[in-house]
Amino acid sequence: MSRTREVTLCSLYSLPVVFVGIKPPELKKTISPFALNFQLGNFADICIEYCDSVDQNLQMVEKGTSLLKKMEISVAEAEKRTGKNAVNMQETYTVYLIETRPVDAASEGTNPVPDSLWRRYSEFEQLRNYLLVTYPFLVVPPLPEKRAEFVWHKLSADNMDPDFVERRRVGLENFLLRVASHPDLSTDKIFYSFLTEENGWKETVFETGFQAKADSRLKALNATFRVKNPDKRFAEMKHYGDELQSVISQLLRVRARAADRLYGVYKVHGNYGRVFSEWSAIEKEMGDGLQSAGHHMDAYAASVDDILEEEEHYADQLKEYLFYADALRAVCRKHELTQYELEMAAQDLTSKKQQREELATGTIRTFSLKGMTSKLFGQETPEQREAKLKMLETQIEEGEELVKERNGECEEFVKSAWVDIERFKEQKDHDLREALISYAIMQISMCKKGIQVWNNAKECFSKM
Amino acid sequence: MSGSVVDNTVSSGNSSAAIPTDISGQILDLDEDDDLEVFSKDTTLTDGSSLNASMQTSSASMINQYKFEEEEEDADTKDIFVTVDNPESHVTAIETYITYRVETKTTRSEFDSSEFEVRRRYQDFLWLKGRLEEAHPTLIVHPLPEKFVMKGMVERFNEDFIETRRSALHKFLNKIAEHPIFSSSEDFKIFLTAGSGELTSHKKQGPGFLSRMGETVKAVAAAVRGVRSRPQEFTDMQEYVEAFSQKISSIDKVTQRIVREQKEYLEELKECGPTYALWSQSEEELAEPLKNVAGCVDKCCKETDEQVKHLNDHLIPVLHEYVLCADTLKAVLRRRDNIQADFEAKTEALATKKADRDADSKVLSLAWGSLVGRSPEEVKQQKQQKLKGEIKEMRDELDKTEDRLEWANNALKSDWTRWQKGMRTDLRSAFIDTAERNVSYYEKCLAVWESFLQSQRTDAEGNGNVDFS
Repeated sequence: MSRTREVTLCSLYSLPVVFVGIKPPELKKTISPFALNFQLGNFADICIEYCDSVDQNLQMVEKGTSLLKKMEISVAEAEKRTGKNAVNMQETYTVYLIETRPVDAASEGTNPVPDSLWRRYSEFEQLRNYLLVTYPFLVVPPLPEKRAEFVWHKLSADNMDPDFVERRRVGLENFLLRVASHPDLSTDKIFYSFLTEENGWKETVFETGFQAKADSRLKALNATFRVKNPDKRFAEMKHYGDELQSVISQLLRVRARAADRLYGVYKVHGNYGRVFSEWSAIEKEMGDGLQSAGHHMDAYAASVDDILEEEEHYADQLKEYLFYADALRAVCRKHELTQYELEMAAQDLTSKKQQREELATGTIRTFSLKGMTSKLFGQETPEQREAKLKMLETQIEEGEELVKERNGECEEFVKSAWVDIERFKEQKDHDLREALISYAIMQISMCKKGIQVWNNAKECFSKM
Repeated sequence: MSGSVVDNTVSSGNSSAAIPTDISGQILDLDEDDDLEVFSKDTTLTDGSSLNASMQTSSASMINQYKFEEEEEDADTKDIFVTVDNPESHVTAIETYITYRVETKTTRSEFDSSEFEVRRRYQDFLWLKGRLEEAHPTLIVHPLPEKFVMKGMVERFNEDFIETRRSALHKFLNKIAEHPIFSSSEDFKIFLTAGSGELTSHKKQGPGFLSRMGETVKAVAAAVRGVRSRPQEFTDMQEYVEAFSQKISSIDKVTQRIVREQKEYLEELKECGPTYALWSQSEEELAEPLKNVAGCVDKCCKETDEQVKHLNDHLIPVLHEYVLCADTLKAVLRRRDNIQADFEAKTEALATKKADRDADSKVLSLAWGSLVGRSPEEVKQQKQQKLKGEIKEMRDELDKTEDRLEWANNALKSDWTRWQKGMRTDLRSAFIDTAERNVSYYEKCLAVWESFLQSQRTDAEGNGNVDFS
C-alpha cells in the first residue's frame, strides 16, 4: 500500500490504520486515491469489503500494465525551494518527491529505500505536453489545476498555501498513476525516465522536438475550419465534452458557494458557546448545563473545518474530470483536423483531375487564371500543353498517394482513438460513480457528527 | 420573603383596600376580616377596580397565600384553560384592525359559566397588562408582543406577523392564568368574559386621566430623588437583570444570525440538485446515480427549509419574550425603588417636622402674634397644636407607605422566585426542543443519503461490481 494513500486515509479520518502486505489496488479500474472512503463506525465491514475488492483487483493485476507490475509509484512529499529563474530573479517554488519502488521487494516483506527524485510542477507540464503531441489519439490524463479555482472564501487561492500544496501533491500522484496504468502511455520511454532519471530528463525530452509540435498543435486546435464528413461518434463525443465541462464547472461553482454558506452557519454557533459560558456565570442552577452545552456548541462550530476539507477532495475528483473533458475534446478536435486534411487533399486531387480533363479535352469548365490569360494572350502551344499535362499527372499521382496516406492516417486515428475513448468512458463512469458514493458517505458522516453534537447538547440542556 | 407581620394598629377609617384589589374567594385561608384594615385609601396609588372591590385581606395572609399556592401549583390543579386563535380582520371607516378569538374553559366558581368565547384586539390586551401593572407594580407581568416590528418592515397584516403575534398573545394570557395573583384579577375575568360593550364601559371606569398624571409626576419625582439604602438583595437582583438582559439579547441576536445564514445556505443548496439533474441528461450509465443524487439534494433542501422554519417559529419567539421580560424586570425594580424613595422622602419630611416641633419658639411667630394682638403664649400654643396635627397626619401617611413598601418588597421577592423558575423551564424546554429538532433534521438527511448508498449497492451487486460503501 503506497504510503501516500495510507497518509491520505489517516489524515481524513484520524484512524491509525496501517495496511501491511496488501498490494496496491490495480488501477485499471482507476480508483483514484481519494475515492477510498470509509464510513465512520462501519470500519470492520469496510475492511472486509476492501479486502474482498483487493482480491478482485489482485486478479486484475494480471491484466494490468507491465509498468505497474514492476514498480510502485508515489509522490511522497513536497518541499519549498528558492532559486534563480529564467530571468535571473529570485523565486520560491515547490518541488515534489517522486518515489519508485520495485513491487517484488515490497511483497517479500523487505522494505528497501525507494528510488526518488524531485520534480517541480512545470516539469510535469512538460511531460504532459510531450504526451499530448506524441499520442494525439489518446485521452491524456490531466494535471491538477495550475491555480486554485472555484475557491470558497476560507480556502486560499495562494499556490504556496500548505493545503493547496498538499492537494496538488495528491493530484500529481494521481496523474502519474493514471499514466502508469494506461496500456499505451505506460510504455513510453520518456515517461519512464521522468520517473527514474533525475538529471538529463529535460534534455532528453527537448530532443524529441515536442515543443515545436506542441505549439503547432495548439494553433491547430484553436483554428476554425469546417469538416464535411466528420465521424458522427466523434462529433457526439465533442459535444458531450462541451456539456461535461459546462455542467461540472457549474457544479463546482455552486458547491463552493454552498460550502461558504455552510461554513458561516456552523461558525455562528460558536457564538452560542461564548454567550452560554458568560450567561452560566450569573446563573445558579442553570449554570452547569449552560456551560457544558456551550462547549458542545464550540465543538459543533469547529467540526465544519474537517467536513469541508473532505468535501475539497470530492471537488478535486470533479475537477479531474473537468480537465479530462478538455482532453477528450482535444482528441475529437484532432480527429476533425485529420479528417479536414484528408478532405483538403481529396478536394485538391479532384480539382487537379478536373484540370487534367479540361486540358486533355480542351474544354474549360472551371475558371482558372491560366484559362483567362490564355484567352487574353492566346492559346498555348501544344508543347506547353504537353508539359502542363505531364506536371498535372505527376501532381495527381502524388495527390493520390497523399489521399491514400491521409485516409490511412484518418482510419488509424479513428480506430485507436475510439478504443481509448471507450476505455475512458468506462473509467469515467466508474470513477464518477465512486465519487458520488464517497460524497454520500461524506454527507452521512457529517449528519452523524451533527446528531452526536446535538444529542450531547440536548443532554446538557436537560440538566439546566 | 420576609415573614413580617404588618402593623395592624393603623387606624381604620377609610374603606377599600388599595393593594391587592379583588382577591377572589378562590384563595383558601382567606382572612376575611373586614375590620382588619391595613391599607387605607391611598390616593397616590390609584386603584381602578375600587368600585368592584370586594374582599380585603391582610398583606401577611396574602403573602402566605401566595407562597402556599406556589407549592401547590402543578398541572393537575390547572382549572382554567385559555386559548387565543382565529385572527380576523375588521374594517371600519376609520381603521382596519385584527381581532382574535379568546376562548376560556374553567371550573372556577367565580365565573358564571364554564365556557366563554370573546373577541379581543391588541389594544384590549394592552389595557389588561396596564391594569395588572398598576394594581401590582412590583409583580412581574409577562410581556406582550411588541406594537409593531420595525426591522424587516413587516406589514401589520402580514400572515406571519399575525401568527407570531397570536402565539405571543396566547402565551401572555396563559402566563396570567397561571399566576396565583393575576389569575384572580377582576380585570382578567372581565377580559375573558365580557362582551365588547361591557368591556368598553368597564375600561372607562379606570382612574381619571388627571390622577394618572399625578401618579406619573410623583413617580418621576421619586425617581429623581433616588434610593438611599437599597437592600442588598435588590441590588443583586438589579445586577442580575442587567447581565441577564445582555445575555438573552445576545442569544436572540445569535439565533437570528443563524437563521439568516441558514437561509442563505439554503439558497445556494437549491441550485445543486438541478445541476446534478442537468448533468444526468448528458450521461448514460451515470444518469441514474446522478438523478438519484439530485433527488437526495432536493430532499435535504426541504429538510433544511423545515428546520429553519422551526427555529423561526419556536426558538426565536421564546428568546424574544425573554428579552422583553428583561425590560419588564428592570421596570419592576425601578418601581420598587420609587416606592422606597417615596418612603425615604416621607421619613425625612417627618423627621424635619419633628425637629421643627422641638425647636425653640421662633422670634418671627412671636412678632407676628403681637401684630395680630395675641399673647406670645397663645401663639406658641397654636403653633404647637398645628404641628402636632401635621405630624400625626404625616405619621399615618408614613406608616401606610411603609406597609406599601414592605408589601411591594415581599411581592417582588416571591414573584421573582416564581419568574426565575418559569424562565428556567421555558428556556430549557425551548433549547431542548431546538436540539431535538436539529437531531431530527440530521437523522432525516442521514436517511436520505443512506438510501442512496443502498440503491447504489444493489445496483452494483446487480452488475457484479464491488462497491466500496
